[in-house]
Amino acid sequence: MDGSSSALKGYMPVLKWFTKRLLIALITIYFAVTLSFFVVKAMPGDPVQALIQMFVSQYYMDYDSAKSLAEAAAPFIPKGSVLHQYISYLISFLHGNLGVSISYSTGTPVKDLLIQSIPWTVLVVGSALIISFAIGILIGTGMAYVHGSKIDSFLAVFFSVIRSIPEYVVALVLLIVFGFHFKWFPTRGAYSPNVTPGFNLPFIKDVLKHAALPILSWVIVHVSGWALSMRASTVTVLGEDYITYAKIRGLPSRRILVSYIGKNAILPLFTSFMLSIGFMFGGSVFIEYIFAYPGVGNLLYQAITMRDTYLMLGVFNIIIVAVVISALIADILYGVIDPRIRRGA
Amino acid sequence: MKMAQNGSSFSELIRNAVEDWIIIPGKIIARNKRGLVGLIIALGYLFVGIVGTHIIQEPQSFTCIPYEPPSILKWPPSFEHPLGCDYIGTDILAQIVYGTPIVLQIALTAGLITTIIGVLVGLTAGFKGGMVDTVLTGITQIIMTIPGLPLIIVLSTVIRTYQPWTIGALIAIRWWTGLAMSIRSQVLSIKQRDFIEAAKVLGMKTHHIILREIMPNLISYIAINFVFAAVGAIYASVGLYFLGVLPISTYNWGVMLNMAYKQAGGGASVAALHYFLAPILAIVLLQTGLILLTYALDEVFNPRIRTEVS
Repeated sequence: MDGSSSALKGYMPVLKWFTKRLLIALITIYFAVTLSFFVVKAMPGDPVQALIQMFVSQYYMDYDSAKSLAEAAAPFIPKGSVLHQYISYLISFLHGNLGVSISYSTGTPVKDLLIQSIPWTVLVVGSALIISFAIGILIGTGMAYVHGSKIDSFLAVFFSVIRSIPEYVVALVLLIVFGFHFKWFPTRGAYSPNVTPGFNLPFIKDVLKHAALPILSWVIVHVSGWALSMRASTVTVLGEDYITYAKIRGLPSRRILVSYIGKNAILPLFTSFMLSIGFMFGGSVFIEYIFAYPGVGNLLYQAITMRDTYLMLGVFNIIIVAVVISALIADILYGVIDPRIRRGA
Repeated sequence: MKMAQNGSSFSELIRNAVEDWIIIPGKIIARNKRGLVGLIIALGYLFVGIVGTHIIQEPQSFTCIPYEPPSILKWPPSFEHPLGCDYIGTDILAQIVYGTPIVLQIALTAGLITTIIGVLVGLTAGFKGGMVDTVLTGITQIIMTIPGLPLIIVLSTVIRTYQPWTIGALIAIRWWTGLAMSIRSQVLSIKQRDFIEAAKVLGMKTHHIILREIMPNLISYIAINFVFAAVGAIYASVGLYFLGVLPISTYNWGVMLNMAYKQAGGGASVAALHYFLAPILAIVLLQTGLILLTYALDEVFNPRIRTEVS
């Protein structure tokens, strides 16, 4: 009896903290959905007229065929007051219904378009994140070991300059050099039209070939950030007393490196790793545009140029949800990994 | 007599200001190789942005001779056109020069707004504490979670503006949050120190404590973050112009990138590289210069190094 109540007492603060954290996450999502809805609805002009204009200017259609196409889309454009539309959007959002696209092929549910594009973005962003994190950790640890040396200070400046180079610049250079000039990699799309999608070797090879340049663009820009963070974090850990003590105890240096320094130095980077997942989702617009990669960022770009209101909202909100959820998971996992926080809570 | 005294104190004021803001920072930056390179690059861009458009003729299409459309391969860099011409015969160097002011204006606006909002929110939250802190931190964290780039893209389709100032403000909308949070935590830790307690016990006014006791500790951090905000704004604005999301009124690096990108698809390759390289180098050099400048900014505001130099 005593034991169980004290165990319960131990969990209460955790539960309270979790509830608070969840509440903030939900408020954030609500706030972002509301904000984006009213911003998008504030776009000037009649949607049908805008659609006609878009068809004429983007696809060089003549006015009559543009008009008939736009009018075909008209029934899919929500009517009524903005407030009314807002409330019905919120309700359907909660049901997982994100409205329909008026531009793609008129009437396609936004949800379907998202389901098609999310895996591509996850593939590129996910692998880029893992690769750049792994390389960055190695370089950062190496730099920390020789910190203060010439090579370390050179690399520190070099990486902080590299970090400021926009990823679209890197992507463009890679596209021109390895795509157009050497023709080593395909220049657009996620897979060639002549392979059959499915779990077969030619398809997987083709997909990887298409994903290589987008992933490489991310990796080049992001490695520097991880390396610099890991360097700073490792330098701090190296100064700790328990490292000195472990050395005095005569522990094998491999063990000190891995379980004393490595573990403790990576820990602070973990939160930013989780947060990056969400933010790279949002930042994928440029790279996906450049390689015409059919991911979420490209979908957002299409929605913007075609003024496809609900598609725009759908992509924007799905990115928000991704960011919020990854932040939430980061917080929870951080508590699980770091024993100090686990006991402190 | 009194007039003369006024005059001398005024000239002294000027002399002190020049000493504080130009001579000492100049000496410090001159000692710091990275910072010096950064400063020269930044001033170079400033010069091009302010004076360049008055020296160099406005770029005009179909002016590169001989005009034979539509291939960029016709106009590689030459003596007359140092960076070559684009595919419709427009001088590339002139385009870069005429695209500079808008980039600098956006960077400056975004940097200023980011810094002002970030410092105000961070100082208030950290200094006041309590309910004010909880509310401000809560709002900041919510805005922080919204991914910046998609937000700016969506906003820019609604606020269709040519004004660099408005675009800068648009970009700053989300960028201030990180600065606000770190200023807040620094204020929280400075507040604990003895000299703040002492100032409070001595009955000093709040604005005196904030301006004279807390701010000097933050100023180098704020200056560096101003530059980082400018770097971020250059990244975002050129990127948005590249995507074609922002309306354009003048020559623009992002648009040049986009034109080069679209042309590259049409079979032109490394032979037409000069068209690509011009805007790419313009961006990368500017970003590099600004980042190098931050290495000196830290020292410029460090009181120990200041006394050492003077």
